[in-house]
Amino acid sequence: MVVPVPEVMKSKNSHSRPALINSVEEALKAAKRFGASSAEASLSIDSGISVSVRNEEIETLEYHKDKGLGVTVYFGHSKGSASTSDLDSKAIEETVKVACDIARFTAADEFSGIAGESELAWDYPDLDLHHPWNLSAQDAVDLAIECETAALKYDKRIVNSEGASVSSHDAFHVYGNSHGFVASYPSSKHSLVCSVIARSNGAMQRDYWYTSDRDAKLMQDAKQIGKKAAKRALSRLDSQKISTGKYPVIFTPEMSAGLISHFINAIRGGNLYRKSSFLLDSLGQQIFPGWLRIYEQPHLLGGIGSAPFDGEGVRTRSRSFIEAGVLQSYVLDSYSARKLGMKNTGNAGGVHNLVIEPGKHSFSQLLKQMDKGLVVTELMGQGVNTVTGDYSRGAAGFWVENGKIQFPVEEITIASNLKDMFMNVVQLGNDVDKRRNIQTPSIHIEQMTIAGS
Amino acid sequence: MAKQIAEQILLLNSGLDEDYLEKALSSLMAQKGVDFGDLFFQESRFESWSLEDGIVKGGNFGIEKGVGVRAISGEKCGFAYSDDISKSAIETAIKATKAISRQGQKHKASALKTESLPHRLYDYVDPVDSLTAEEKTKILEAVDQEARRIDHRVTQVMVGMVGVKDIVLVAATDGTLAYDVRPLVRLSVSVIVESNGRREQGSSGGGARVGYGYFLEDDRALDYAREAVRQALVKLDAVDAPAGTLPVVLGPGWPGVLLHEAVGHGLEGDFNRKGSSAFSNRIGEQVASSQCTVVDDGTLENRRGSLNIDDEGSPTQRTVLIENGILKAYMQDKLNARLMGTASTGNGRRESYSYLPMPRMTNTFMLPGDYHPEEIISSVTKGIYAVNFGGGQVDITSGKFVFSASEAYLIENGKITNPVRGATLIGNGPDVLTRVSMVGNDLALDAGVGTCGKDGQSLPVGVGQPTLKVDELTIGGTST
Repeated sequence: MVVPVPEVMKSKNSHSRPALINSVEEALKAAKRFGASSAEASLSIDSGISVSVRNEEIETLEYHKDKGLGVTVYFGHSKGSASTSDLDSKAIEETVKVACDIARFTAADEFSGIAGESELAWDYPDLDLHHPWNLSAQDAVDLAIECETAALKYDKRIVNSEGASVSSHDAFHVYGNSHGFVASYPSSKHSLVCSVIARSNGAMQRDYWYTSDRDAKLMQDAKQIGKKAAKRALSRLDSQKISTGKYPVIFTPEMSAGLISHFINAIRGGNLYRKSSFLLDSLGQQIFPGWLRIYEQPHLLGGIGSAPFDGEGVRTRSRSFIEAGVLQSYVLDSYSARKLGMKNTGNAGGVHNLVIEPGKHSFSQLLKQMDKGLVVTELMGQGVNTVTGDYSRGAAGFWVENGKIQFPVEEITIASNLKDMFMNVVQLGNDVDKRRNIQTPSIHIEQMTIAGS
Repeated sequence: MAKQIAEQILLLNSGLDEDYLEKALSSLMAQKGVDFGDLFFQESRFESWSLEDGIVKGGNFGIEKGVGVRAISGEKCGFAYSDDISKSAIETAIKATKAISRQGQKHKASALKTESLPHRLYDYVDPVDSLTAEEKTKILEAVDQEARRIDHRVTQVMVGMVGVKDIVLVAATDGTLAYDVRPLVRLSVSVIVESNGRREQGSSGGGARVGYGYFLEDDRALDYAREAVRQALVKLDAVDAPAGTLPVVLGPGWPGVLLHEAVGHGLEGDFNRKGSSAFSNRIGEQVASSQCTVVDDGTLENRRGSLNIDDEGSPTQRTVLIENGILKAYMQDKLNARLMGTASTGNGRRESYSYLPMPRMTNTFMLPGDYHPEEIISSVTKGIYAVNFGGGQVDITSGKFVFSASEAYLIENGKITNPVRGATLIGNGPDVLTRVSMVGNDLALDAGVGTCGKDGQSLPVGVGQPTLKVDELTIGGTST
């Protein structure tokens, strides 16, 4: 099928970069005019296309364009916020005014306020995050079909498809505050995902695979993505339940990223000052085994999680969270840092390119060393309690015996406490998943409770 | 009223009128092969207030406004949107979406007919204006004080209150011209308690399609505070939950998240049209015990999941999904209904103008049965009684679903004994209701806090059920 791209959608968005920067400056000026003692504003605009195909026919063609300006004003230590998608001067002024009105009704909080002047990224690097993809709708359709076809043809037990989709997004981010700081950078993100359904003995299994990068040239081959999705769905056919007991568990790289995100969540300033974390007062404490390292690298060129400054304009920098298993730093923004009497770590909005230093062994060597236990390839539900560290989630994966995968497993849960899980990491693989902001290899945990039949 | 409000805000203020809508829809149909199209206009005014450490620390307000344009050709769909409501933006979007098709017959748009609203399930209040800012912050402060007053072990209280007014207008090539003005408020409370070095969290809340005054009636807001503290204190004494398969008694109300996950999603029309659901092609089959009748009802007054019309302009309705154990119907939007040769059930919903509509649930619940709740509990020798849940998830293809109990107890010899730590329960959607052996007479709906996510779109929904017993469910505790 032919899908022409209408000229109108190709044209550059009417909001030029200087105009967007100007909108942030206008908001900050308005805040000053209304008497705010300090203010900050951030704006982002995102435009893109996404195309999905199913059974080798186009299913949806979507054009995206979103923009938003958020403003926070402070009158002394009282704050108010407002947002608008309308960047007309009058709308910006009204938005700032509403934020100022709200600030009259919030209480003074001595820890509130914008980040300190000296912490801001006055000089920030170009991190090479913007790689526009000159992708016509037709090219996108062709690529998605190539991917899905590879999956559908892979095996006759692939009987249905949830489709393949290609998306390409371009964004521009601006942040400014009343220290006279205004900074901006463009970014892009492109992805291709495929999800297919396999059937045998009357039961269906679905699985997917994807590739994603800031630069489309670095995305993996479409056919390989399709084949991998098909293999994954097929590998789940004829899943069984296993009997309840305590067993070793290996989290595949896609699953271990979630595990490490629970660690980050527990050392986030907000959870610490609210005393709602199982890792309170843990600086300098042993959290992981003595050989384990976790750090962030915000300035990786082209990195999926790279950012020159955080959500408050604060300079981002490389930072170690775990050295030799010991907690080195919390994840703080300016509010939580003041509240805890610590230094801002440039993590307003989260961590950037978090890496857990991989091990030397391949996934199959990890299986051998585990000998007998569970490999987890899917987790379900929200059963993670950050206050206590209690962990209980639905899972699917594979049963391993004699160091080899024996059969697929489903309808089980895995449970433990995160503190124990972190301390009992036996080994890490060398198979890092680099598609995400949290980049992790397979993680072998000594023992968890598996509930099954 | 809704008509005047929507017309003024979404059309007249931008120099548009009904004649223009007809022209735009005709232009959408001018492309060969396009057999349906619609325009969805929306203005959403929202605010939020938050309290912690005993003071109201933040408030936020925003307006989002825009129009989404959709063109459908068979199973194909073109979609574009704009946050600028103007003729030029709509025309640009129409050009983009029409590209979906270049072959097939030319169709004509029907003349627009305004239907009066099928029901009037809520008032057209604007929550944001329903109380003054001082009155709003006072509610938050009162909740905080109540939580701290009840028990000295409460160390932290977080309160959040949000209010939204959504104005929508849908015009479609099938002649639909429909309007709605939808208020929605929600109050949530989360507390941390500490005792002998052990910390636990409890949370509660509620909401409805009303103004904020709702929270002041019958001590509602304060009850949320009491409930959050009660839950947190119960957990201080919790022992490890068992691991393995046991009988489970689910309490009334919010545990209905079971139905939402185990059967609800699997009965949405899109998955069944595509044959990707574990319930595909199973209408008329027994999928639950004969005690189970499950409905999706978007027509309950003031409920969080209710709507006068769905986001395609179809009237909402009560749809019997499962009747006495037999699968009766799927939930449909216009696209999937047409492709499956049936009618929309008023379940076409979208997060906003910038997303495509899909079949989605409204308020999904099980009708009451005959048993007294105590009779149900006393029938269990060894099992679990679960009354509060965090949330759930389902794989609609394999049918496996989970939901996470945040408050649960052991049942020993027919008696509720120790509270147990939070645990995830896992089961298989197509079998779990066949194992429901007792359904209580105490149907309750949740307090109005549920949000459902599907394909990256979040929507307010309701759930409910009477007390019920599932003979066998896998419990993800740590005690073996």
